[in-house]
Amino acid sequence: MPTSLKINGQMRDVQASEGTPLLWVIRDELKMTGTKFGCGVASCGACTVHVDGQPVRSCQTYVEDVEGAEITTIEAMSEDKIGAAIQQAWVELDVVQCGYCQSGQVMSAVGLLSENPKPSVEEIDEYMWGNTCRCATYQRIRAGIQRASEILEG
Amino acid sequence: MTVNTSRRGFLKGAAATGAVLLVGARPDGILAAASSESTQFNPFVKIDADGIVIVVVKHFEMGQGPATGLPTLVAEEIGASMDQIDYEFAPSNPQVYNNLFFGQIQGSGGSTAMANSWQQYRQAGAAAREMLIAAAAQTWDVDASGITIEEGIVKAGEQSAPIAEFVTAAAQLDAPVEPHLKDPSEFRLIGNESVRRKDSPIKGNGQAKYGMDMHLPNQMVVMIKRPESRGGVVVGFDDSASKEIKGFINAATLPNQAGVAVYAEDTWAAIQAREALDVEWDVSVAETRDSDQIEAEIRAALDAEPQYNVNKADAATVAAAIDGADTVLEETFYFPLLAHAPMEPMNCTIEQTADGKIVMHDACQIPTGVHYALQQIFEMPAEQIEINTLLAGGSFGRRATPEADYQVEAALAFVVTDRSRPVKLVWTREDDIRSGYYRPAFGHKVRVGLDGQGNIVGWQHQVAGQSIMKGTAFESFAVHDGIDHSSVEGIADSPYAIPGMALGLTDTPKATTVLWWRSVGHTHTAYVMETMMDKIAKAAGRDPVEFRLAHLADDSNADQKRKAGVLKLAMEKADWGNAPAGRAQGIAVHKSFGSYVAEVVEVSGNAENGIKIEKVTCAVDCGIAVNPDVVKAQVQGGAGYGIGHVMRDKITLTGGAVDQSNFPDYEPLRISDIGAIEVHIVASAEAPSGIGEPGTPPAAPALANAIAAATGPHVTHLPMSDNGVSFV
Repeated sequence: MPTSLKINGQMRDVQASEGTPLLWVIRDELKMTGTKFGCGVASCGACTVHVDGQPVRSCQTYVEDVEGAEITTIEAMSEDKIGAAIQQAWVELDVVQCGYCQSGQVMSAVGLLSENPKPSVEEIDEYMWGNTCRCATYQRIRAGIQRASEILEG
Repeated sequence: MTVNTSRRGFLKGAAATGAVLLVGARPDGILAAASSESTQFNPFVKIDADGIVIVVVKHFEMGQGPATGLPTLVAEEIGASMDQIDYEFAPSNPQVYNNLFFGQIQGSGGSTAMANSWQQYRQAGAAAREMLIAAAAQTWDVDASGITIEEGIVKAGEQSAPIAEFVTAAAQLDAPVEPHLKDPSEFRLIGNESVRRKDSPIKGNGQAKYGMDMHLPNQMVVMIKRPESRGGVVVGFDDSASKEIKGFINAATLPNQAGVAVYAEDTWAAIQAREALDVEWDVSVAETRDSDQIEAEIRAALDAEPQYNVNKADAATVAAAIDGADTVLEETFYFPLLAHAPMEPMNCTIEQTADGKIVMHDACQIPTGVHYALQQIFEMPAEQIEINTLLAGGSFGRRATPEADYQVEAALAFVVTDRSRPVKLVWTREDDIRSGYYRPAFGHKVRVGLDGQGNIVGWQHQVAGQSIMKGTAFESFAVHDGIDHSSVEGIADSPYAIPGMALGLTDTPKATTVLWWRSVGHTHTAYVMETMMDKIAKAAGRDPVEFRLAHLADDSNADQKRKAGVLKLAMEKADWGNAPAGRAQGIAVHKSFGSYVAEVVEVSGNAENGIKIEKVTCAVDCGIAVNPDVVKAQVQGGAGYGIGHVMRDKITLTGGAVDQSNFPDYEPLRISDIGAIEVHIVASAEAPSGIGEPGTPPAAPALANAIAAATGPHVTHLPMSDNGVSFV
């Protein structure tokens, strides 16, 4: 099923068959490895990307369903105003440990602040619930989102 | 363990251009006098002509922070800023990059990275500084004693220049025999909370390269179809359905018959082709028991005479003292199997280069073990094998299997090919949960007698479970007189002054593959010790903190003093005893890996309708905190790891097969589970001790004690969610 996908603003030709999860198109075919494989069943959030601005789990999103959509990955986040603020906050607070989940954490956090520029702790917990961090960096993820919110407020 | 670094000389080498200064230790421990022009030299520190310092980090980075910590030691001693310093992971070479606590083994584990590198990397940095200063002294014709290096700038009176100016000249000099280390009062970076992780930016923007991110040209992805129960062997397979999958290449039985390797062009093809593969197994030698049977065996062992008298106590006398006590407390505890479940499923990539070398690309925790395994499989000398260490997406012990399990799988899957294509082995999450290694199930039975004043008169303690160390390469190191110390660490060797303790241990039969899991034996021993201390204090009518301090009262005993120190700090910071209305507190304190951690857990709600973990307040004494913010992060994460698993996780077996398969049924800690975690560090002048693991042991018993204080059950059978506690 050769097709074209719009990823980070660029049209990319892909050969993946119908039914292939977007995750493997991005990682294996396009060799963009910032998006991570963690569980394959949409239970950890490591593979989170944006489709038309909404965070989705790319391990459960299929190539045929995203033709014509705007797909955005972690690789484009430094050019995104909210993404850059999140990344700045992440470095200021040293949120990461092993870091493997953090691309997905950043993608979800950008989704949250896009909808809700000043989330409460409860709103952060609810929105970020599906993003697992086995290093348990959650305290700093929460603080990082609050710090990014401050940065964006200026 | 003691480390003698005094005989270790420093050696420097110069690359052909003379523009690079390399400083390191010679493997034979003999002092190096002359300069070496060899580029084969393996250094700890490299300084290029631009003055950029590269620290060769001998420990892998799984999040615990050595890629920041070791550069901090070097930058401190050189007088460089953290911006001028970078890192790379060391090649596999146990003569040079061994863990000084592990003998001739290069590897990370047991929370030793900073403790064993502390002197070594400072000395390497100090040697580089002295050579740069000597070069500046020659150039400027001034006395070396008047020269300083700060922020990478060499200064003598009015003269100053960046270190880059002196790299070439310094590379011509001899390395100092005993470089002078900075006095702690001069530290600018060590202990400085503003020092940031070196790996933060690349981990927040997707650029970090983990093992899973390897894409070698022309590589195949391989997945292994394994038996449902450990020990099953392949009889044959039918891959006709796999052949229908686009991207499937072929399938082959591994030489050890432990599974069938499925080769494909990419990961998705491998996943589907493996799913479609039909394998016939011989399960006659496979594990067949249910976890209920394993638990029954452990409970039976607790009721029988122990196999080993661990602390050589007179058990009959202790038993008699308890029998004659005014109050007797008796509890039996059970801890289930647990999976490590690091975020990055196991993987590695192996290739043969044009010059015939075997190269393993891996987030390699114990390079020496992997190196040796590859030598055996490929029948090649050590120098024909290389290990390229990549970032690790967590481990918690999982990557450090004594038999190099997944690297051996990859090597076996590669050795049966014509080796023209690199092989990348990928595990799925299901493989990780179902085919992995587990924290062994353990049981404890404790009887404690108290006199009329509430003093302990006897403590009889039995432990039963599967030994981690026996039958591995670590047996001679960790097992003495039959006793696997990792099964009982943290009980009889606890700093508490407990009179009349008798500790027995019984090894139960092999149930599955078991492995150290963040904090090893302390995962269960701290839970038992610290919930028992609470129960005993309650029976004696005493405050749990005061009762513990009474057993840590010997000020001349550094162990007791430091343990009491963190207890007091945690108590103060948590405002112990003054929990807001509707909240309850629990406390626990434990020593592990040379460090002391106390934690106060504050909860609201109740066990029936739902406990909410509002706050965890931690106090840690790990000696000098080289990177205080990394120390805090490790204690935060360690506490979360401990709490998450006791809340609701267990691995169970049915007919030898693991019942759980992925995060939906092995539910990880989530962001909403813990309201806040604060960490406070005790100021210390002691050498650094462990920090990756010590935050874990006290977290679970502190939670148990808080739930009990909230009038819930004092849980003795884990996980809590199966035993009378719900969480919100």
